[in-house]
Amino acid sequence: MSTDDVLSFEEAMEKYDPVLGFEVHVELNTKTKMFSSAPNVFGDEPNTNVNEVDLGMPGVLPVVNKTAIESSIKIGLALNCKIAESCRFARKQYFYPDTPKNFQTSQYDEPIAYDGYLDVELEDGTVFRVEIERAHMEEDAGKLTHMGGATGRIQGADFSLVDYNRAGVPLVEIVTKPIEGAGSRAPELAKAYVAAVREIVKNLGVSDAKMERGNVRCDANVSLRPHGRERFGIRSETKNVNSLRAVEHAVRYEIQRHAAVLDSGEPVIQETRHWHEDTRTTTSGRAKSDADDYRYFPEPDLVPVVASREWVEELRATLPEPPAERRKRLKADWGYSDLEFRDVVNAGVLDEIEETIAAGATASVARKWWMGEIVGRAKVADVDPGQLGVDAATVVELSRMVEAGKINNKMASQVLDGVLAGEGTPEEIVQKRGLAVVSDDGPLLEAIDAALAAQPDVADKIRGGKVQAIGAIVGGVMKATRGQADAGRVRELILEKLGVTA
Amino acid sequence: MAAINRDDVAHLARLAHIEMSAEELDRMAGELAVIVDSVKSVSEAAGDDVPATSHPIPLTNVFRDDVVGHTFTAEQALSGAPDSDENRFKVPAILDEA
Repeated sequence: MSTDDVLSFEEAMEKYDPVLGFEVHVELNTKTKMFSSAPNVFGDEPNTNVNEVDLGMPGVLPVVNKTAIESSIKIGLALNCKIAESCRFARKQYFYPDTPKNFQTSQYDEPIAYDGYLDVELEDGTVFRVEIERAHMEEDAGKLTHMGGATGRIQGADFSLVDYNRAGVPLVEIVTKPIEGAGSRAPELAKAYVAAVREIVKNLGVSDAKMERGNVRCDANVSLRPHGRERFGIRSETKNVNSLRAVEHAVRYEIQRHAAVLDSGEPVIQETRHWHEDTRTTTSGRAKSDADDYRYFPEPDLVPVVASREWVEELRATLPEPPAERRKRLKADWGYSDLEFRDVVNAGVLDEIEETIAAGATASVARKWWMGEIVGRAKVADVDPGQLGVDAATVVELSRMVEAGKINNKMASQVLDGVLAGEGTPEEIVQKRGLAVVSDDGPLLEAIDAALAAQPDVADKIRGGKVQAIGAIVGGVMKATRGQADAGRVRELILEKLGVTA
Repeated sequence: MAAINRDDVAHLARLAHIEMSAEELDRMAGELAVIVDSVKSVSEAAGDDVPATSHPIPLTNVFRDDVVGHTFTAEQALSGAPDSDENRFKVPAILDEA
């Protein structure tokens, strides 16, 4: 595989002005598929969530899922779109094994939602408006696994295995208008935009919005033009960039690659690019050609969807608090400072902290764990914090163990490492690693008796009111328990034993 | 005559993965042109006040409630497959043919 030349990002920015565009596919979390009553469930045994409609058998008829329509309208409304009074589905014809019907049922010239916008907040608080061209409904394709070859990628595969469980899962594709004026903040904007869309659909409850499961998938279009020129350059479309970090990296890489191509005097080829997370580069997919002649025509087996204004208003009334307003409320509820809150938002752990608080932690404990322990580890592991493998329940369990004096903060950090290393639950790791603070009063009392007996003069001083002398006894107990005692509890017990109130 | 020539038919045949001989292409180009012309007469009959339609019956909003119905087992799903492996359909590796 040849590697492409790239310019440094700074040099690319000096010479060229990037124009972006995004197609974000959102998988809806309806119970059933878009056109069939087969279950829409992730992770089941292959080819068990299918029926005759999903497999494209002859003579079958699709029937539209009403909930999917309502979810799509909600997405449209949340993106400040107009909702079409009437719209249709079409057939997009192509041959590929992930599409058993040999066409995808998709909206084409009549999307259900159009002409919207989304205000996206960048890391420093700057708000950038992204115009939404359309949000249309379609169905997902089956999942291909490429077998043989060296890499498991499509290149060099010997054959492919197809699971149609995902075929027919409802999708909403959100398409932006060309995004101009982002300049050197283009990669950051790309990440922020996809994060904002993910946040909206999650907040609406219409999608599970897990990028690692492909619930939200992004195709990123990038083109460059010399500064001051109005006409757009030729774009590339990087497919299936499936994490927020990858979106940022892919846009940055494509800007650098385009800049090198343009500098060499060659034209950029309009093509699909494949993103490779391991090398953080893209490689050429297929060139756009007449293979993209999809011969759309209106789906004859489906009738138009008419969204009455009453229905749209009913749905609008059910919309939850928009994320920007939610953030304002959470900040007030949690009592974080501006800086603390912005750090939390930028670290991408707002949902995680909210879940952790809901699971029983205080706002300050939740922040301490996510910002102090987990975000840093995620950075090292180079993944989004939410994908590191720590959930709210684990954080709550850890903090409870600390609060109960079972483990101290240092031990808790080691237990977290154990959780991430897959050693089991915090409880199990404490056991296995022998990390527990000795808090069973029995052994402590024995050690205290021994320490008091060893230093009777100190014991007398404490009895006489010189409580500060207690350090020597506590030290003796800590030594006897090899540091595994909870010093605070030891102190309490000593005072109790000697009948002294501190 | 409608503008459907032999190259159009060859292009469509390729997109549809249909192998056609030179004779078939010639014949089909002529026949398709006649068919398209015939269909076109509909637009002569319909005035500007008649909107285009994709369905013969004026129905809208035929919906299904979001309730899980029947599914196949993997064995049933794969029963007509030319080849399968690990409960999945086995297909030749395909690149750049989408």
